Amino acid sequence: MSDFFTEAVLIATVAGAIRLAVPLLLAALGETFGQRSGVLNLGVDGIMLLGAFSGYYTVLKTGNVWYGLLAGIGIGVILGLASSLISVTLLAEQGISGIGVYLFGLGMSDLLFQRLVGTPVPISKFPKIDIPGLSDIPWLGGMFFSHSVVVYLAFLAVPAAMFVINRTTFGMNIRAVGENPEAADSLGVSVSRVRWATVTIGGTFAGAAGAALAIDLGIFQQNLTNAQGFIAIALVYFGAWRPLGVMAGALLYGFVNSLVLQFKTLGIIPQSWSDIAAMAPAIITILALVIVARRFRAPSALTKPFTRGT
Amino acid sequence: MIWLGVAAAAVLVIIIVAVSGGDDETTDTTAAATTTAAPTTEAPETTEAPSDTTEAPSDTTEAPAETTTTAAAAAPIRIAIVAPSASNDLAFTQSIVDGVNAIAAEREIAEIAITDGTFVVDDAAAAIRDYAANGFDLVVAHGSQYGGSLQEIAPDFPETSFAWGTAADTFGLPNVFAYEAASDEGGFVMGVIGAALTESGTIGIVGPIEVGDAKLYVDGFKAGAEANDSGVTVNINYTGSFSDVALASEAAQAHAAAGADVMSGTAQMVVGAISVAADQNILWFGTQANQATLAPEIVVASQVYKWEVVLSDILDKVAGGTLGGSSYVIDLENGGLVLEFNEDFTLSDDVKALADQTVADIISGAIVPTE
Repeated sequence: MSDFFTEAVLIATVAGAIRLAVPLLLAALGETFGQRSGVLNLGVDGIMLLGAFSGYYTVLKTGNVWYGLLAGIGIGVILGLASSLISVTLLAEQGISGIGVYLFGLGMSDLLFQRLVGTPVPISKFPKIDIPGLSDIPWLGGMFFSHSVVVYLAFLAVPAAMFVINRTTFGMNIRAVGENPEAADSLGVSVSRVRWATVTIGGTFAGAAGAALAIDLGIFQQNLTNAQGFIAIALVYFGAWRPLGVMAGALLYGFVNSLVLQFKTLGIIPQSWSDIAAMAPAIITILALVIVARRFRAPSALTKPFTRGT
Repeated sequence: MIWLGVAAAAVLVIIIVAVSGGDDETTDTTAAATTTAAPTTEAPETTEAPSDTTEAPSDTTEAPAETTTTAAAAAPIRIAIVAPSASNDLAFTQSIVDGVNAIAAEREIAEIAITDGTFVVDDAAAAIRDYAANGFDLVVAHGSQYGGSLQEIAPDFPETSFAWGTAADTFGLPNVFAYEAASDEGGFVMGVIGAALTESGTIGIVGPIEVGDAKLYVDGFKAGAEANDSGVTVNINYTGSFSDVALASEAAQAHAAAGADVMSGTAQMVVGAISVAADQNILWFGTQANQATLAPEIVVASQVYKWEVVLSDILDKVAGGTLGGSSYVIDLENGGLVLEFNEDFTLSDDVKALADQTVADIISGAIVPTE
C-alpha cells in the first residue's frame, strides 16, 4: 500500500481517472440534452464508434488531429439527425430504435476499418498542453493541468451545457418539452423542433466523444468504445439529468477504474481477484444509480413520443 | 415510467457484459455458457478442459513427432477458419490466418474461407456448422470458447475434420484435432531479455483475463525475468477484457507510474498499451504476432506463432484418412514458436547471446519455463 502513496502513482491515478472520464463525459453531456427534452437515445455507442473511426481515419490520412475531431463531429451531426428522424418524426419506440443505431455503428465502423485500413496503424494524438503556471504546482499540476487539449475542452463543455439548459430560452423549451410536451405545444413551442435539436446535439457530442477516444488512444480497433456509450447513458441517470451530476458520475467511474488499475499493478489487489475487481466500476455505478433513482425524478416525458392532439 | 425501468435495466445489463469483457479466447464465462447447453452426460469432460489447457504443454509435445503418414499426395482441399477477432488484429486471430496462408504457399489448397470477428459464440457455432455442411475438408475453430459448440457439431459431420485451439482436449472425438501454443517458452526468453534491458528494475505486463494462452505467456515472462535477475520487480495487470483498448492504455500508464521501463502484454487490446509505451519510450515485447510495425523504435522482439507447423501435420493426416484424435503443441523446439527480433532495435551482442542460450536451454530441457 505504501507504494501507492508516491507522487508518481497518485498523479497517474488522478490523471488516468480524468482521461478515462473524458469520452464518457462528452457522450453523457450530449445525451443529457436529448433526455431533458424527453428523448432517450440508446444509439450513443454506435455514434461514438462511427465518430471514432471517422476521426481515426481522417487523422491517418491528413495527419491533422483537428480535422479528425471535426470529422467525428460531422458524423455525429449526421447520425444525430438520423436518430431525430427515427425517434421524433417517425415516433419509433425509443427503447428499441437506438439499439438499431448502435448495431449499425458497431458493424459499419468495423466494416469500414477492415476495408479502408485493415491492420491497425498508429496515428498522431492530441497535443498535450501544460497550462502555464498551474502545471508547475507540485502534485496538482500533474493531476489536473497537464492533459491533452481535448480534456480541457470536454470539461469546459460542462458549464456551457449548464448555461444552455438552465439560463436560455432554448434550455427552458427543452425542459418544458421534456416535462410536459402538451403544455409546451399549447404555448407555441414546437416539440418536434426542440427534440430534433437536442437529439442532434446528442449525436454531435457522441461523435466528438468517439473521435476524442480514438485520437487520444492513437489507434482504432473493432468495437473501440467497448460499450462506453451505454455507460454514458447510465451516467445521465446517475447525474440526475444535470450536467454537473453527469460530470461527477463520469469522474467517479473513471476514478474507480483508474484506482483498480493502479491497485492491480502494484499488487494491492491480488492477481486472483483482478477479474472481479474489473467489475467494480460497473457495480459501483449500479449502486449509485439505485440510490440516485430514489431521490430524483426523470423528465416526465422521457421515452414518450409526442404527437399533437393526443 | 415502465419504459424508463426497462431501458435502465437494458443499459445495466450491457454494462455488466461489457465490463466483464469475456469475449475472446479462453474466457471462463463463455465456456460456462456453452457447456450448460451441452447434454449433462458430457458436462464433466468439458468442465475439465480449462485445467487441461494450462497443464498440457509438457505432456503433449511429442505429438507432432508421431506422424505416420508423411506427406501423402494430398488432393486440393478446402479449409475454413472461424476466429473471434479481426484477421489482421496483429494478435490471436492473425496468427491462424497467417498460418493457413503460409500453408497455402506450400501446398495445393483449393479454397480458404475465413469468418472472423465472431466474438459471439453462437455466431461462430453457426459458421462452423455452415462450413462443415458445405463440404469443407478442414474446419478450424480458433478460440477455446468454441469448444462446447464444436463438441456438439463435430459428431454430426463424421467426414469432416475439425481443428480446435487453443486447447488440449479433442473430446475423444475421432474427427477433432486440438492445438495450443507453449507461449510460456517465448515469454520466458523475452522475460530474460527484458530483465537484462531494464534499468529501473521494474517490468510491467498487461494481460486480458487470467486464463489459457494469456496466463501461460504472462507466467512465462515473469518466470524468465525473475530467473535472470531475482531483484527485478514484475508487475502484472490483468485488465479483465480482451477488447478494452482504453483500459489497456491506462494499465500501461499505471505501469509507467510504478516505474516500469520494460513492458509486455498479450491479446488484441494491447495496441493501446503499445501506444503508451511508445510515447514514454518504454521497451515492448510482443506476442502472437510481430508487433514491430506498431512502434518500430521500442519493440525489442515478438514471439510469433507459426501454426503452419501444426496445420501441415494435420493436413497430412487428413490426406491419409485420419481426421482427428490428436493434440498438438507449438513450441520453440518444433519451430511453431519463433522469436522475431525487431531489426530497427539494436540489441547488444551479450543480450542476443543470452537470448539464444535461453532458447537452446529450453529446447534441451535444461530450463522448464513454468511448472
